[in-house]
Amino acid sequence: MSGAPAPSGVVEMRHGAGGRDMTDLIAALFLSAFGGTGQEDQATLDLPPGRVALSTDGFVISPLFFPGGDIGTLAVNGTVNDIAMGGARPLALTAGFVLEEGFALADLARIARSMGQAARAAGVRIVAGDTKVVERGKGDGVFITTAGIGVVRDGACLSACNARPGDAVLVSGSMGDHGVAVMATRAGFDFETEVVSDCAALHDLAGALLDAAPGCRLMRDPTRGGLAAVLNEIAQASRVGIALHEARVPVRPGVRGACELLGLDPLYVANEGKLVAVLPAAEAEAGLAALHAHPLGREAAIVGEVRDDPDRFVEMETLLGGRRIVDWIAGEQLPRIC
Amino acid sequence: MKYVEEFRDAGLARGVAARIAAEADPGRSYRLMEFCGGHTHAIFRYGVQDLLPDSVRMIHGPGCPVCVLPIGRLEMAIDLARRPEVILCSYGDMLRVPASRKMTLLRARAEGADVRMVGSVDDALRLAQAHPDREVVFFAIGFETTTPPTAVALRRAEALGLANFSVLCNHVLTPAAITNILEAPAIRQMERVEIDGFLGPAHVSVVIGSQPYEFFAEEFGKPVVIAGFEPLDVMQSILMLVRQINEGRAEVENQYTRAVGRHGNAAAKALVAEVFELRRSFEWRGLGTVPYSALRLRARFARFDAEARFGLVQSDPPENRACACPQILRGAARPTDCALFGRQCTPQTPLGSCMVSDEGACAAYYRYGRRARGTEAPA
Amino acid sequence: MCHAVPARVVEVLPDEHAIVEVSGTRKTVSTVLVGAVEPGDFVLVHVGFALGRVDPDEAEATLAALAEIGVVPGQAALP
Repeated sequence: MSGAPAPSGVVEMRHGAGGRDMTDLIAALFLSAFGGTGQEDQATLDLPPGRVALSTDGFVISPLFFPGGDIGTLAVNGTVNDIAMGGARPLALTAGFVLEEGFALADLARIARSMGQAARAAGVRIVAGDTKVVERGKGDGVFITTAGIGVVRDGACLSACNARPGDAVLVSGSMGDHGVAVMATRAGFDFETEVVSDCAALHDLAGALLDAAPGCRLMRDPTRGGLAAVLNEIAQASRVGIALHEARVPVRPGVRGACELLGLDPLYVANEGKLVAVLPAAEAEAGLAALHAHPLGREAAIVGEVRDDPDRFVEMETLLGGRRIVDWIAGEQLPRIC
Repeated sequence: MKYVEEFRDAGLARGVAARIAAEADPGRSYRLMEFCGGHTHAIFRYGVQDLLPDSVRMIHGPGCPVCVLPIGRLEMAIDLARRPEVILCSYGDMLRVPASRKMTLLRARAEGADVRMVGSVDDALRLAQAHPDREVVFFAIGFETTTPPTAVALRRAEALGLANFSVLCNHVLTPAAITNILEAPAIRQMERVEIDGFLGPAHVSVVIGSQPYEFFAEEFGKPVVIAGFEPLDVMQSILMLVRQINEGRAEVENQYTRAVGRHGNAAAKALVAEVFELRRSFEWRGLGTVPYSALRLRARFARFDAEARFGLVQSDPPENRACACPQILRGAARPTDCALFGRQCTPQTPLGSCMVSDEGACAAYYRYGRRARGTEAPA
Repeated sequence: MCHAVPARVVEVLPDEHAIVEVSGTRKTVSTVLVGAVEPGDFVLVHVGFALGRVDPDEAEATLAALAEIGVVPGQAALP
């Protein structure tokens, strides 16, 4: 895989025209990274028995490369995780690319290699894809859409509607790493940090959790909007309230420092390698132990509990012992000076 | 985080809370205004009110520069941003504040205006140097804390001879606003509320020092405690105010001794005085017109004054008549007293100044505090 | 209203700037408003400028006073 020289040149309109140039590009960059022959219009798979889980996601992030990953790793892990959060084992992905004319082929090759590596690490194959090219100015370098298919494990019945009063709320690790890592590279933020994105495939961690806590009600990955968004979604869907304990939510010092400087709340900052799980109280300790035993779950914690609340608030006991609501904000959190 | 986390310690907080409860006379009420929006934010964000006895009631003041900016001034910025030659630079806080017809700077950007979020006025200067063919306008807001950086930037623009940089100046002053609150006559529905003491702003005071507040203590007989930014600072300051009130004192005390001195930052004050002068009056959203409460660029810097440079005229869009911000900003009403609160007026759809920023009393209460029972649960 | 953060000076730069650090996060700020700084000094950072210094002795004194306030809860104020 490594050793091939980085391609020179840029994406041109001919690469999307369906002719030989497109076939050559696909072979050189994508097939070499993903495997496969690219000869058919579709991938045919033999799926193990069970219910099928299907998910898709588009990736438009900027910048394309950030500490701890790139748009390629996100595109693979993001969809793998969506499948995994449903209690399913991810089996195969598709990948669609919209390339901007003028995008450096060396960068595209780097992204493709990242995707191949991420897919192999996750135990999935990228089995089908598509490539289109748009004129310069009509894209942001590259947009990637991945879809994923998996099979739900026997007996798993996870849903955002399943949380019940008395259930325990767990997170698999520190909050806010990905968002801080990406913000550091964007204009208007102006800081340097050693925090790297936590971008990772969670299916193995999720499987370990389900093995130890088969009564798990639901799992979600707190991406955009952070832990606060996911907890509010769960509260709404399940028609419950959630009590959160600020002192128990793990946050790395580097993330605290960056959030403090920017005036941001880590509860709302994105993660790409963490999961939130709601478990029956009786299974909480077993679930926590299973997370701790896994490399991706060393900093896992029980952070709160589900309770009756007709207002469906997520309410937090603060560091000081007071109370505040963790509101469901409308848009993206912006840095503040006031 | 040094000098931050130590002042958020739960054990120390419990100790101070117990002492406040012990010393506050349950037979009297202590109405304490925290002037500064940052303090409002800290109080709600940490749930400080939960640690206070019922006799101590925090009243949330107007020290939120985003909240008190009139819609007409924001529309000047939006109109500027829409000009094709202009790059409009703004702190993040202003980007989502709605002007008339729900227009915001972010929405203007979606429609093609060149609006850039900056974390520092220096970013705007750099943009001006990098784009000599464009007009770079910096949307300046803030109290005395935020004004010195703007002054530094204007001096630098002058030294560089920048021909394409200007500032839309909305800097406002704390003592004038406090005077306004204390002196506001009873007008129609507005009541003047008895405020028993003030928590003075932390970082404004780093710049102006503790001395300017001595006037309020003497003239109006109100104790002032300058409070640091962390929740333990706020709680210690509340205890100091309770003690002053119990002892019948009206003095200026400084709790934030690690950062605030009597005279503040002389270099910063001198720089501000060199670059800016007082406007005779300035309209504050919710408070109305307040004399000598805001700054504009001196004649020497006129070419960097966006209002002059672009011939801007301020419009005066009407406020919603049911909006209770004028009373809320003075502590004469609580957010839940307003008919619009939590219904038509929410952080997503703010109608009045108290809801437009996280530090406004209504937004803080809605986002962090208990919503009134009976308001609709979100869809 | 004015979000400012205590930060430790780690490196002095030319032209009245410095690199400061908060819990591992570094930022370049202007020091023109506070004058000469040295590595190890603490300053308050607001919109990319150091606005004032944080006095370590006063900080310790405040923390000590806070601890003392809580020592005898419920009893009369200490002299």
